[in-house]
Amino acid sequence: MVTSMSQTESPQIDSARIAQVSRGLDRAEIERREKVFSVVNLGVSYNGKPALEDVTLDVHTNTVTAFIGPSGCGKSTFIRCFNRMNDLIPGAKVEGTVLYHGADLYGRAVDPVDVRRRIGMVFQKPNPFPKSIYDNVAFGPRVLGLKSGLDERVEKALHDAALWDEVKNRLKDSALGLSGGQQQRLCIARALAVEPDVILMDEPASALDPISTTRIEDLMHELKREYTIVIVTHNMQQAARVADMTAFFSVLVHEDGSARRGVLVEYDTTAKIFTTPADKRTEDYVTGRFG
Amino acid sequence: MTLVEHERPHEEPTPESSRESRAWRNRLFKAAMLFSMLVAFGTLVVLLVDTIVTGWPAIEWKLFSDPPSTLPEEAGGRPAILATLYLGALVLLLSVPIGVLTAIYLEEYANRERWWNRFIEVNIQNLAAVPSIVYGILGLAFIVRGIGVGRVVFAGGLILTLVVLPTVVVASREAIRSVPDSIRQGAFALGATKWQVVWRQVLPAAIPGMATGSILALSRAVGETAPLIMVGAITYVAFDPELFGAYTALPVQIYNWTKQPDPEFQTLAAAGALVLLVIVLTMNAVAIFLRNRYRRQW
Repeated sequence: MVTSMSQTESPQIDSARIAQVSRGLDRAEIERREKVFSVVNLGVSYNGKPALEDVTLDVHTNTVTAFIGPSGCGKSTFIRCFNRMNDLIPGAKVEGTVLYHGADLYGRAVDPVDVRRRIGMVFQKPNPFPKSIYDNVAFGPRVLGLKSGLDERVEKALHDAALWDEVKNRLKDSALGLSGGQQQRLCIARALAVEPDVILMDEPASALDPISTTRIEDLMHELKREYTIVIVTHNMQQAARVADMTAFFSVLVHEDGSARRGVLVEYDTTAKIFTTPADKRTEDYVTGRFG
Repeated sequence: MTLVEHERPHEEPTPESSRESRAWRNRLFKAAMLFSMLVAFGTLVVLLVDTIVTGWPAIEWKLFSDPPSTLPEEAGGRPAILATLYLGALVLLLSVPIGVLTAIYLEEYANRERWWNRFIEVNIQNLAAVPSIVYGILGLAFIVRGIGVGRVVFAGGLILTLVVLPTVVVASREAIRSVPDSIRQGAFALGATKWQVVWRQVLPAAIPGMATGSILALSRAVGETAPLIMVGAITYVAFDPELFGAYTALPVQIYNWTKQPDPEFQTLAAAGALVLLVIVLTMNAVAIFLRNRYRRQW
C-alpha cells in the first residue's frame, strides 16, 4: 500500500519542494527590514483554559509570514492577537507583549478600533456584507470618515485585489452574487480600501477552488511590496509557495491528556522550515508524517 | 492482496403479512394527518364563508361613512374603523422603536453573565404569555387612572403596545440573531466601532425579519378586544375619534352589535368582522411579502 511504503522510507526533501520555496527572501534580507511586530512570551487563554503559550517571534515589514500547524494548535488564536479580535470574545485573555512598530499593542491608551484600522483582516470564509460590491469596499472608508475621493479609493482597492476587471460594470450589484473566489478577493479589496499597514489572512483560501487559490496566492506576492502580510494556513504547500518566514505551531498535550495547548515549535525562513528543519516535530509535519 | 468478498448473511424474506401491516400503518398515519389538516383548515373556511354570506348585504358605503345608530338601517362603523386604524398606527409608532432597541440591547450589548440581563430575558418571554385582559386591568389602573390619561385613543394605543411589545422584542431578537457573526467580525476588522457595526451592518440586515415580526404583532393588536373594553373603548361613539378623545374600536363595535336583539345588527356585526379580517389579512400579506422579498441566503 502506498502509505505504508512512504512510511518505511526516510523522509525525502525533494527538489520540487526546494524549487517551490525558492521565491522566498533569505534570512539576512528579512532581518534587515524593520520589525512590524515583536511578540514576546505571548499566551492566550479562554475562560482560564490556556489555548496558546509562550510565543516569541518577530514579523518584518514587506514580508509574508505564515503560521502552519495541525488543527487546534492555536494559529488562528494567535493571528487574532495582532488586530485585537480576541477582545471581542468573552472570556479571552491575552498575556505577554505584542509590540507594533515598538509600541505596546495592548497598552492602556490603545483603542482596538484604531488597531484594526491599521491592521486589516481577511477571514477563512468569504464574508461579504449583504450590500453592493461598491458598498462593500466603501464600508471601511465610510466608517473612518474618509469621504473624499471615495470612487477612486474603491477603484484602486479593487484593482489591487485583482478584481476590478471582473466587476467594473456591475459595482451596484449585490456582492452575494459573486463566486467564492471573487468574494474572497472582494474581502481583500475591502481590507485594502482603508490603506492598512498589515493584512492578516486567516486561512484565506481554504474555502476556495484551486484556481481561485492560485489567484489569491499570486495576489499575496503582489501585495507584499506595499503591505506586510501574515497568513494562517493548514496547507503546507501554500505556506511554501507564498511565505518568506514560516512558524510551525504544534499541540502540547498534558501528561494526563487533559489540557491541550498550542506552542510555537520553530520559526525560521520558509526554505529552512521546509528543507532542513531543526525540530523533529516540524520535520514530521512538513514531510507529511503527521497532521 | 486478495479481496475476500463478504457473503451477505442469508436474509429471511419479509413475510407478506408484515409488509401488508406496515403499508396499512403508513396509510393510517397519512389519513390522520389529512384529517388534522382538514379540521384546522376546514374550520377556517366554514367561518369565513359563513361570515361573508351573513355580512355581505351590509357591506355598503354606509358602513364606512356613518356613525353607529340605534336604527340598524342607519348604523355604520366609521368611528370604530377609524379608531382601529389610529390604534394600529399608534402601536406601530410606539412598539417598533422600543421593541427594536430592547432587542438590540439584549442581543448585541447585554452581558449574559449578569443576572439582571438573564432576568430581563426570562421576563420578556413570560410577558408574551400573559393574557391580554391582564394588560387591560393594568392599563386601567396605571394609565387611565394612575397617570390620568383617561379613556382615550392614546391610552388604548399604550395598552395595546404593552400587549404586543414582548412579541416584537422576541421577533426582533430572532432577526438580529439570524445575522451571521462573520458580518460583525468583518465590520469590526475594518475598524468600525460597535455602534457602526450595529447600525450599518446588523440592523439593515435584520430589518426584513423585524418588519415581518412587527407587522404580525400589529395584526394581533388590531384584533384585540378584551384590554380595550377594560380601558374604555365605549359602545356608542357618534363622532370621529381623536387622539385624546373617547373612542370605540372595531372589535368592540362588533361585539356590541352582536349583543343587539335586532337580527339586522347581526348582519352588521358580520360585515364589521369582514372589514377587520380584510385589515388583518392585508397586514399579514404585507408581512409575508416582505419576508419572501428580502429572504437572504448567507
